Amino acid sequence: MQRKYTVWLIFSGAFLVLLLLTALWSLTSGELNIGITDIIPTLQGKPDSMEYMILKQIRIPRMLLGAAVGGGLSLSGVILQGVYRNPLVEPYTLGISGGASLGVALVVVTGLHRLIGSFMLPLSGFAGAFLVIFLVYTISSRHGKVNIQSMLLTGVMVSFIASSAMMFLMSTTETENLHGIIFWIMGSLDEPDTSLIVITLVTALISLVVAYLFVEPLNALRLGEEKASHLGINTNLSIRILFLLASLLAGICVAVAGVIGFVGLIIPHLVRRLVGSDYRILLLSSFLLGASFLLACDVIARTIIAPNELPIGVITGMVGGVVFLLMSRRSLLKGKN
Amino acid sequence: MNLLELHNVCCGYSQFRLDHISFGVGKGSFAGIVGPNGSGKTTLFRGIAGTLPLSEGQIRLNGQSLREMSLRQKARQIAIVSQFIEAGDMTVEDYVLMGRIPHHARFTFFETEEDYRIACEMMKKTGSWRFRDKLMSELSGGEQQLAGIARALAQQPQLLLLDEPTSHLDITHQVHILNLLQELNEQTGLTILMVIHDLNLAAEYCDHLFLVNEGKLHTSGTPEEVLTFRNIEDVWNTVVVTQTNPVSGKPVVFLVSGKVMKKQQEQTL
Repeated sequence: MQRKYTVWLIFSGAFLVLLLLTALWSLTSGELNIGITDIIPTLQGKPDSMEYMILKQIRIPRMLLGAAVGGGLSLSGVILQGVYRNPLVEPYTLGISGGASLGVALVVVTGLHRLIGSFMLPLSGFAGAFLVIFLVYTISSRHGKVNIQSMLLTGVMVSFIASSAMMFLMSTTETENLHGIIFWIMGSLDEPDTSLIVITLVTALISLVVAYLFVEPLNALRLGEEKASHLGINTNLSIRILFLLASLLAGICVAVAGVIGFVGLIIPHLVRRLVGSDYRILLLSSFLLGASFLLACDVIARTIIAPNELPIGVITGMVGGVVFLLMSRRSLLKGKN
Repeated sequence: MNLLELHNVCCGYSQFRLDHISFGVGKGSFAGIVGPNGSGKTTLFRGIAGTLPLSEGQIRLNGQSLREMSLRQKARQIAIVSQFIEAGDMTVEDYVLMGRIPHHARFTFFETEEDYRIACEMMKKTGSWRFRDKLMSELSGGEQQLAGIARALAQQPQLLLLDEPTSHLDITHQVHILNLLQELNEQTGLTILMVIHDLNLAAEYCDHLFLVNEGKLHTSGTPEEVLTFRNIEDVWNTVVVTQTNPVSGKPVVFLVSGKVMKKQQEQTL
């Protein structure tokens, strides 16, 4: 076996172990501490015990959602960076979060969520994200070909328009609606609806599999669109499918968990530094590390000012940003010497 | 017999188009496309490479129209080395292995032993073996060209297309790269077609030249037939002296500065 593959195996194993550890951390910590060794006995024990209820109804769903959203956003980021050949692109650059927020804001302001039900918020978030994806995609494709650069610009512009429209809505609505919008925007893994958690988890896993079907085009695109096509890759088709896959995945994550920034940008960056830029290892590693990162951030957000909870976006931004700066400082210094 | 045939090819952009170009490149030939800046050399190259769609005419490889081939089929027969190679963050070995992509079955994940064997063979052949673990961004221009040629050879093509493989290189590397191409051409029978700016290098290495001017094929033939005083003055609008290289017997083009030219004219008057 090639040395490269052995290294990949070690990295995947390490990231998987890390994910299991953070998952256990997430299950055990909180207002009520449950020991690691108590988890399995509690789940096999009486269903009416306090520990059982907390694990089954709060922590396990939250842990699953955290892993799915963290992995999903990070996977979406790494795919988009590959498609655009730009390491600064992330799902939110393309206006997906702007669209989702606008969708939710519209529903809150018009009071539709009170009429129809709680699932209206994620649904409108997804509709908003989908609309933006559709707009960006159709504006930048002509004669059946997508123009990557114009797509990026369109995304940024649509993003601006969406956030302006949002500000307009927020400045004209009542204070109580304002609170609802801001609460949603800040993002949270607290999702009462189990079916939404299942949908997110299944989508994230399916996306990972589909991304792996396109791993060769992703790798060839590292040479540029033209050179990839010289190697027999149907770049136009691959770019379209990968764009739709990544943005729908990000759309679902945002719709369910709100705007959780930085994961899609920072995790692929860190992983690239650790494992290199071959997408065969990059996709899986980003997914696993993104999942553990968000789980860890969630635990910190829940426990740091307990019994109150910080919005998870605050922690992802702070932890991610600081780690990132430290890493790039080190490599900058290394480059100078 | 011709490996590559162009029939009335028209392609290009709104401001500039190739005008019904037809020619053939024989099997085992080492051919060059020459012409002044803006004459359509690169447009022609991009048309053959399939990057620019043809608006008229057709290109055939081994008698089969390129239009009827899938991208993958094409990539197994034509390998392309572009002028600029961007592959910053991958090692030379990984970059050369990319040349095996057209031969992979769909949804391949791991490279096979054969892929590695062929990639190693091509790296050794081109001399890129010694820097196989370096990143592409760390290589010099000459080394990048060698890696590019190794990647193209790993595709095991019948036709190798190169876009100005020696521009930006000093004479050591120019000669090194062209000697390598000549060896490949002679030893393996690989057909080579390259766009080349330097007329003296074109004359020394190519057995057939296509002179392109203003989107049309001006002349084609051996270097002796193409690089005549009259053709060069006609196409480049420059007065040159053409002579024969005393060692190789190939034509050589000398430039004369304006000052010297003036002096010459005064003396003859």
